[in-house]
Amino acid sequence: MRYLTIILFTIFSLSTALAGGGGCGDDHSAGYDPTNTAYHHIGDANVYSIGPWSIPLPCILYAPDEGLDVFSSGKFGIGHHGTGHYAYKGYALYEGTVRRIVDRSFPKDKTEVECVYAKDVEGKEVIFVKYNGKDYKCDNKSTADGGLFGGGLTSYYDFSITKNVVAMFLVFMFLSLMFIKIARMYKARVGREPKGIQSFIEPIFVFIQDEVAKPFLGKKWEKFLPYLMAIFFFILGLNLFGQIPFLGGANVTGNFAFTMVLALIAFIVTTINGNKHYWEHVFWMPGVPAWVKVILTPVEVLGLFIKPFTLMLRLFANITAGHIVVLSFIGLIFIFGNAGESTAGATTGIIASLPLTLFMMAIELLVAFIQAFVFTILTASYIGAATEEHH
Amino acid sequence: MEVIGFGLAAIGAGIGIGLIGGRAMDAIARQPEAVGDIRANMILTAALVEGAALIAIIVGFLIAQ
Repeated sequence: MRYLTIILFTIFSLSTALAGGGGCGDDHSAGYDPTNTAYHHIGDANVYSIGPWSIPLPCILYAPDEGLDVFSSGKFGIGHHGTGHYAYKGYALYEGTVRRIVDRSFPKDKTEVECVYAKDVEGKEVIFVKYNGKDYKCDNKSTADGGLFGGGLTSYYDFSITKNVVAMFLVFMFLSLMFIKIARMYKARVGREPKGIQSFIEPIFVFIQDEVAKPFLGKKWEKFLPYLMAIFFFILGLNLFGQIPFLGGANVTGNFAFTMVLALIAFIVTTINGNKHYWEHVFWMPGVPAWVKVILTPVEVLGLFIKPFTLMLRLFANITAGHIVVLSFIGLIFIFGNAGESTAGATTGIIASLPLTLFMMAIELLVAFIQAFVFTILTASYIGAATEEHH
Repeated sequence: MEVIGFGLAAIGAGIGIGLIGGRAMDAIARQPEAVGDIRANMILTAALVEGAALIAIIVGFLIAQ
């Protein structure tokens, strides 16, 4: 069944490679670019592309000088590779993400442009729109990563319902429906044996309750159990959803911002529920000589912030690294086949990369479970340390 | 230069997880009936060590940009 999935995925990808290679810039004649494709597949997009079809998603864009613009990304006339044929209200679509034309005098209604392409300017990739023979430079959206991934604050903010948001909603609805159904089954079958999906979730639930919540949280485990369960199943569901090759590859847990929010929530929960002994231990550790306390306090305060930070980085790094490796192995097929030109090369590529990809995806499944579990157990340990009674 | 850093991080992960695995094997040899508990703790600790190595790779990657 897995082989069938991988082979179908390969055929789909090969067919897109044959159809691709659009754009009128001077860099698309270079052939297959594995780095760019990998980044594109693990990134966010304003278009949900399932195989050869693209589902346009609502764009909610706010520019401080222009105001709020809400429209569907279908207005961009989505071509292959998620690049638009039209510019709308001064925005253009390149490889699935919305860019803004810097020149404010560009026509605001739906104008057909010759092409949207990328060019290397001083080592960074800049998007240009060619309209009436002239090139217009485009801005990328603002990111809160302070310029780490080439982001930083630009002239507009992108609040759209992107692929990741849709994936989060889908997983949220699926989990809600599943757990509401299980709760109803428990009410209807009081005292009887569990049946169906109830018997599938019950061992996992009881495992988290007995091995994670009760040992670490002590007496107050009931108060924090819903939060821990929510974290575990949400991260697990999103990890597994990002692994499915056909559903657009919505890589939510491999997104810096998403894991940052999860870690922030964990930080807020531990800070709010910290009792007197916890703050004493952080700022003025009892039981050690005074000169050691002076050294220990900055270390402990740093540790306050570093612990959620490592939570964020651990989940992000594990999932993203796995995705990049799988995409590189699939990309081997294209490299061997010269991006669709040589079938014999592509067949060799398939024979070489298929076992590797299967092996890597099996490890990815394991990593999905393990990372959800590790996030939950570390959060439980931090909350337990914050609410620990004096012994 | 940064690729040397990535390689060193991978070596660190390899040594760490290798030590965990080795100690886990010793523990299973001493007490074969505890194999379930030992296996669970081994996987958990390996995930934490791997997390440290991957943090090194990602931070190196970000600084290299």
